[in-house]
Amino acid sequence: MPLVKAGRIIEDRFVRVLDDAPLPDGAPVLLPAARFLADARELVLRGAPTGVIWPNDRKVAELAPYLDWLALVALVFPNFRDGRAYSQARLLRERHGFRGELRATGQVLRDQFLFMLRAGFDAFEVTKDADAAVFAEALQRYSVFYQPAADDRLIARRARLFARQRPHPEERRATTRLEG
Amino acid sequence: MTSPLQQKLKITGPVVVTANRLGDGAVIYRSAAGAWTTELASAAVVSTAPAATELLAQAAADKLTAVDPYVAPVTVNPGQRVLPGNLRERIRCSGPTVALPGAS
Amino acid sequence: MYIYDDFDRTLVAERVREFRDQVRRRLSGELTEEEFKPLRLMNGVYLQLHAYMLRIAIPYGTLSSAQLRTLAHVARRYDRGYGHFTTRQNIQFNWIKLAELPDAMANLARAGLHGMQTSGNCVRNITTDQWAGVAPDEIEEARVWAELLRQHLTLHPEFSFLPRKFKIALTAAAHDRAAVKVHDIGLRMHRNGAGEVGFEVMVGGGLGRTPFIAKTIKPFLPKRDLLSYVEAIMRTYNQYGRRDNIYKARIKILVHELGAEKFAQEVEAEWLAIKDGNLALDDAAVAEVASRFRYPQYAELADNPPELAKARAADQRFQIWLDNSVANHKVAGHAIVMLSLKPVGGPPGDATAAQMDAIADLADRYSHGEIRVAHEQNLVLPHVAQRDLPAVWRALDEIGVATPNVGLVSDIIACPGLDYCSLANARSIPVAEEITRRFQDLDRARGLGRLHINISGCINACGHHHVGHIGILGVEKNGEEFYQVTIGGRAGEDAELGAILGPAVPYGEIADVVEDIASAYVELRARPDELFVDTVKRVGVEPFKERVYAAR
Repeated sequence: MPLVKAGRIIEDRFVRVLDDAPLPDGAPVLLPAARFLADARELVLRGAPTGVIWPNDRKVAELAPYLDWLALVALVFPNFRDGRAYSQARLLRERHGFRGELRATGQVLRDQFLFMLRAGFDAFEVTKDADAAVFAEALQRYSVFYQPAADDRLIARRARLFARQRPHPEERRATTRLEG
Repeated sequence: MTSPLQQKLKITGPVVVTANRLGDGAVIYRSAAGAWTTELASAAVVSTAPAATELLAQAAADKLTAVDPYVAPVTVNPGQRVLPGNLRERIRCSGPTVALPGAS
Repeated sequence: MYIYDDFDRTLVAERVREFRDQVRRRLSGELTEEEFKPLRLMNGVYLQLHAYMLRIAIPYGTLSSAQLRTLAHVARRYDRGYGHFTTRQNIQFNWIKLAELPDAMANLARAGLHGMQTSGNCVRNITTDQWAGVAPDEIEEARVWAELLRQHLTLHPEFSFLPRKFKIALTAAAHDRAAVKVHDIGLRMHRNGAGEVGFEVMVGGGLGRTPFIAKTIKPFLPKRDLLSYVEAIMRTYNQYGRRDNIYKARIKILVHELGAEKFAQEVEAEWLAIKDGNLALDDAAVAEVASRFRYPQYAELADNPPELAKARAADQRFQIWLDNSVANHKVAGHAIVMLSLKPVGGPPGDATAAQMDAIADLADRYSHGEIRVAHEQNLVLPHVAQRDLPAVWRALDEIGVATPNVGLVSDIIACPGLDYCSLANARSIPVAEEITRRFQDLDRARGLGRLHINISGCINACGHHHVGHIGILGVEKNGEEFYQVTIGGRAGEDAELGAILGPAVPYGEIADVVEDIASAYVELRARPDELFVDTVKRVGVEPFKERVYAAR
């Protein structure tokens, strides 16, 4: 399952460690929630980056005390129709100010890439190779966004205001032609 | 008339496998030759659970033509004519039971 | 009427392009049906019994004549020459081919029409009063708020994969013509004690398997907070709505299981964190959207012009139509005209392409180019000058949309039922047609007064049978069609669910049962002008049950 970040397929530097397995020396590790919470203290002292896989039916507020030093939070789409992780992602970014890697895992498909990016994800364990290959293309699908989210894309309301402020005829966006 | 898409395969009489055609949604039936036909008369009719299961499995494997195949009852009259086995299948076969607006 | 700007147009065009690519990937096999289905549903594309069905959104039920002509064109070019108007102010085409859909959608997009979010587990078409902007009892124009919400919730990245569908309705009048109390979120604009206008926010209404009347969780929400508060509700639902059972996944179940008070607290806690953020609506933000609403320049006219009085006196048929299908307008000298899409013996709520074109022409000539779609599945010409009513009537009569049965027993609301819908257990259209035949005598129909019959072909209740004065639910018993009848339901500000009358009756008897109910009503009513639904309230179900089931 290719990992896509910044529009490119990259190597995953995090090692997924199952519940009781020993941690590899010095390597960034990605742990399930229970293990992470139990071993949090040791993990801080360990000196290598830590990531947690957070289930989609648990409040992300529980992670708040750890967000300063967590390198990675992986959220889960058990199937692509289960959209709970979108809310979790936005809360992590917008409410709790998480700055680390926010990774989408589970069933991660091309037609949801843009929604995920807007919700605050910046890394994607993409289910299909073909989808990973066209990641950059999928982002070009829309240029208009009606609502603010966790990203900084220009939303329609502000774009409209800009258009009004600069009614120069040569400004393409300024012409909001109204149909009769 | 309860949605047959959740049914368990319980065969109590002759059945066919039917679906909707992907490109246009038309009603289609699985034929004996392993193809699809819009004519119920050309549909493969089976009467046992194993045969129905096999027919359905073959049909379901053809994902490019057919959407959501399922097993539907038919009745076979003395003249060997195959007819839809319930109201829902009658409607799928022959269209709405009401005149379409604007139809003269 | 809202006029699209470049941004709105671009979004819809981009959506069509995306869907074209998704259809291509489905037809080539790159996408499985399981992966494709939610995507096509989010564009309003269902797979029904005979073909694909395309549901087009008509935001808050408002159409321009150009849009109506485009719908006619789509009906002719891509379908079988007609469309069906729905109980959520949408239109459905029943015979669409998947492969042709992207082209049909491109056509529609050029007119500012689309099927975005008319299906799927996302926020559906936001509906309101079909008389918005022209009703005398309206306190303010609700459609600006509906448009603000519509934009906010379109392709919302967080709320496109909800536990289940989500329906919002608004009303801004004394009488709720939008049935807000049976929606997931119902918004009622009203004035508080200080004379400020705001929203009563109700959640958890809905019909279907487990019908509920919505509960008020915020008696008065200032306008500035509309988007942030709705966002808080959606976020709460997205996180806590059940995902384990599709029959328990609507917000009404969450509200019921948590209790309205606890639910309100959850929403409030979330809302407090965001209410002063970037969703707060200042005057500029509202004015920005409102600036693209166009309103008619009404001629200055007097009420009851002499032409009208003359035509009344001269033609009894005109008089009857006037009394039934024309309502008062807030602007002097004008009227609201209802177009009945319930011809005797015909399918309720359908219009042919020819009818749509003719109505579009009439709208241009007599209604400032605007048409409305009512959730009762009729159309409205909202800006007609009273002096034009005789001419309008003659034209509507010729088109076949002047049956003076609006609000009467033969003005039936029905879902498409088993003739079209793959979810149905029984047919609804032929039942409706037979009932209209039984009551085609207009004197008899008028004599029964306002009487709403709602028919659903299955428990999903798309015909809103729970809130019908007479509700009819199609069920299946041993392979036969049976119909369960309820009476006394109401959909407006006094919303309540109907009570079951008695055992379900077979297809062959349902029209008889309706006639028996009507006869019982005539016998039981306190006065000729006591409405059917008030008689039921007064005497209860028993006297009706006795009379209807006496011989059965």
